[in-house]
Amino acid sequence: MNQEIFRDDWELIVGLEVHVELATQTKLFCGCLNQFGSEPNTNVCPVCLGLPGSLPVVNETAVYFAMRLGRALHCSVNRSVFARKNYFYPDMPKDYQISQYDLPTNLDGYLELPTGESIGIERAHIEEDTGKTTHIGTSGRISGSDYSLVDYNRAGIPLIEIVSKPEIRTIEQAKAYVSELRGIILALEISDAKMEEGSIRVDANVSVREIGEDNLRTRCEIKNVNSLKSLGRAIEYEANRHISLYGNGESPKQETRHWDEDAGRTRSGRSKEDAEDYRYFTEPDLVPLNPSKEIITRIDEEMPELPSERRGKLANLNGVKSNDATLLVERNHDAFALDAIKSGGEPEQVVKHLVNNLSDGLGALTTEALAQLVQMENGSEITSTQAKKMLGELVQKGGIPSDLAAELGFEAVSIKDLENLVDQLIKEHTDEWERFCSGDTKVQGFFVGQAMKLTSGQADGKAINQILNERSTSK
Amino acid sequence: MSGTVPENYQSASEIVNLVTTCEISAVEILERYLNQIEEHEGDVHAFNLVTINEARAAAKETDRLIVEGEKLGPLAGVPVAIKDNLCTKGIPTTASSKILEGWKPPYDATVVKKLKQAGATVVGKTNLDEFAMGSSTENSAFGPTRNPHDLSCVPGGSSGGSAAAVAAGFAPIAIGSDTGGSIRQPAALCGVVGVKPTYGGVSRYGLLAFASSLDQVGPFATSVKDAAIVHEVIGGYDPLDSTSIKQAPNSFVQAIDEGVNKLKVGVISELMGGIDGITHEVIEQTNKAVSALSDAGAQVEAVSLPAALYCLSAYYLIAPAEASSNLSRYDGVRYGLRVDGASLKEMNVNTRTEGFGDEVKRRIMLGTYALSAGYYDAYYGKALKVRRLLAKNFADLYKDYDVLLSPTSPCTAFKLGAKVNDPMTMYVNDVCTIPSNLVGHPAISIPFGAGKDGMPIGVQVLAPPMKESVMYQVARTLEQASQ
Repeated sequence: MNQEIFRDDWELIVGLEVHVELATQTKLFCGCLNQFGSEPNTNVCPVCLGLPGSLPVVNETAVYFAMRLGRALHCSVNRSVFARKNYFYPDMPKDYQISQYDLPTNLDGYLELPTGESIGIERAHIEEDTGKTTHIGTSGRISGSDYSLVDYNRAGIPLIEIVSKPEIRTIEQAKAYVSELRGIILALEISDAKMEEGSIRVDANVSVREIGEDNLRTRCEIKNVNSLKSLGRAIEYEANRHISLYGNGESPKQETRHWDEDAGRTRSGRSKEDAEDYRYFTEPDLVPLNPSKEIITRIDEEMPELPSERRGKLANLNGVKSNDATLLVERNHDAFALDAIKSGGEPEQVVKHLVNNLSDGLGALTTEALAQLVQMENGSEITSTQAKKMLGELVQKGGIPSDLAAELGFEAVSIKDLENLVDQLIKEHTDEWERFCSGDTKVQGFFVGQAMKLTSGQADGKAINQILNERSTSK
Repeated sequence: MSGTVPENYQSASEIVNLVTTCEISAVEILERYLNQIEEHEGDVHAFNLVTINEARAAAKETDRLIVEGEKLGPLAGVPVAIKDNLCTKGIPTTASSKILEGWKPPYDATVVKKLKQAGATVVGKTNLDEFAMGSSTENSAFGPTRNPHDLSCVPGGSSGGSAAAVAAGFAPIAIGSDTGGSIRQPAALCGVVGVKPTYGGVSRYGLLAFASSLDQVGPFATSVKDAAIVHEVIGGYDPLDSTSIKQAPNSFVQAIDEGVNKLKVGVISELMGGIDGITHEVIEQTNKAVSALSDAGAQVEAVSLPAALYCLSAYYLIAPAEASSNLSRYDGVRYGLRVDGASLKEMNVNTRTEGFGDEVKRRIMLGTYALSAGYYDAYYGKALKVRRLLAKNFADLYKDYDVLLSPTSPCTAFKLGAKVNDPMTMYVNDVCTIPSNLVGHPAISIPFGAGKDGMPIGVQVLAPPMKESVMYQVARTLEQASQ
């Protein structure tokens, strides 16, 4: 596929539908456990099995979680009504799904990406999950399978579906949108948000149009995307497919397509043209949700710090790059960084260590230790190579940097001693020195190496270079 | 005319008295009713299943508790017949449909649970129109029920089995469900009392749904007082039913004899000849009821309920629409009948083709159509508007009147087979009862005289939501006047 066409003449249009499984104790409409990985069909009761005569009772925590997410996405939280979405499928015990339709809980918000761009949120509504079907036989799909097994443990688990406006224009934005949303969900502690386990599921509505066009063209809904990487690949593939079709004078048809990770392509699912009419109508077994102003105020007051605020706190500090701030918030290391800075660590250096040297985790390292280490480094008591070695020890065993430096015999060589050392090396290696002074930078490494050898690696490489340069210019 | 109606009915309150004072045992009471069943059930066919063993065990348990001096519930030792669309744990629950073949619920409906806790003895599951869709109990997969007053006539429906069971003396009380008149109309046709409580007043948990926003469970009895007692037992808030009312009223018996002096009663003109199809003799009897209430001191006036004209049409869109969704789950996948096919879809279709009767299919199709994209606004949406208009009509009337009065059924019991092939004629049977369901208000049918053929006629008292107390007061006055 031709990347150049995609970039130059065509604009990518993506809207994302993200399903999030809420981490409530129990299911959305009954008291069964909401638990991943139990024996099939053990977390079930008459309600989530849709047995005749059973009735749903809404889980208040799930509604509360949904409203919290809505407020975090700057949505208005409204009086909402459950609706039935009618279609036949064996993993839906009632052959209808209880969802929300024209009156969802959350409407019209936005999500701010780390870049500062903002993506509109159309709605975030509550619905129940379906059971899980496994088709046994060669194809792995329902047609051609020998038989199918259904596990209803997942049936009735609370979901929120967050529908973005079609305002995403690049693959990077699409990925950033999902990871930012994930960050918000984790901050709210309403889901474990694991894409691999399916507690976040992303469907992408993809279309393209020529740059300058106003109307949206036919979109395809891409399902079965299991990671951020495959989200990017799937969008790219699908956009290029559309562009090729238009290039051949054809048009894509509106349909659901499945991403095939191994083949690296999307495949046609059911066509929206002969898709079912869901015959939505108000769920008569439930009453409307009517949140009071007080509840919404309380949600706003109890809103935890969201990733955007956390990034802002770090990025405002001297010398901290915004990319690094984003990364630390994603790793959940931002609070640690702020504490270390508070304890006296210089911001740029603290963040640099956390980003570059501590990506595998903080282990036994304390914020005070990191602060002291940064101070020692800045005061040239230790070299950056030594600092890096010490961090490894501190993560593994903990301890106080000054003690550790003494223990390891790390004492930075003073500038005066280094100057004497460099002067001596210049005297001993006049040929090399001449070459250095005439601009042969290759021999720079030779001098640094010699200095390191003589100091058993305790010299600061940067300082040696600085002295060499001073000597050559004043020559 | 050949019937099987006993000369006298024994009231539930009388039975409770006898049983709790050890004058007679619960087992003896039960055997009397089982004898009556044994003798006449073959003619009437009120039951899909008589649970003789379970009933005997339950009655024995009641007697044991009495001997041990335990405090017994308000229905101690009273046999009760349960409509076969209410779940009974471990006992087949069929909704009179082939599609539920072999299914035994793993739980009791809340109503059944409450009846058992009150000491009642469940004697069996009564016949109904399949999934409560019908007005004659002829739409049962297991054959029709007959009217105990005349075996050549229908008992009404859909709770025809429960109405017939009480009329035939098979049980002093029974439970039915009422979606568009399914308790009140058969009560009228069988000459017994039938109540549709306020929507949300009695739990629907365990009731096989027909039209969820209209369905309500209620009692049949041979007296107004018995109906009120049963209503008290089965009513009240149920956390398992989200539409259940938290402050549901549950004291009806206390004020039952307070009479109607100074009460204002409105007689709905549209149901007294304003709408075609209501027979002269029914209107005549209802007028006699009006006189009786006047004589007892009530202020009775003719009133207008204009939206009554559109209720039947609105109901036959809303009820089938909800039914089309409620009945989707009977797909052959998890329980009940399964008729195999080459694919999943074929299995679904084969199962539903064989499992459902004509009337159920008719309503599923009607409801599916009414909810379809492009038709929703014209049909379902419009029906909802009628519902809102009707609610406003009622609210306006209840500013000035305590209760409203009308006939229950447009005619007395008709012959088996007379209307079953003409759905529209059959649907008109519900014209007087449907308005209460559309707005969720309570209503009661009380026997009041008979037609020229000697078949019972019922009059209906309608009350505002949660105002069953005054409804029972008026009904009790009419009951006394008719005796």
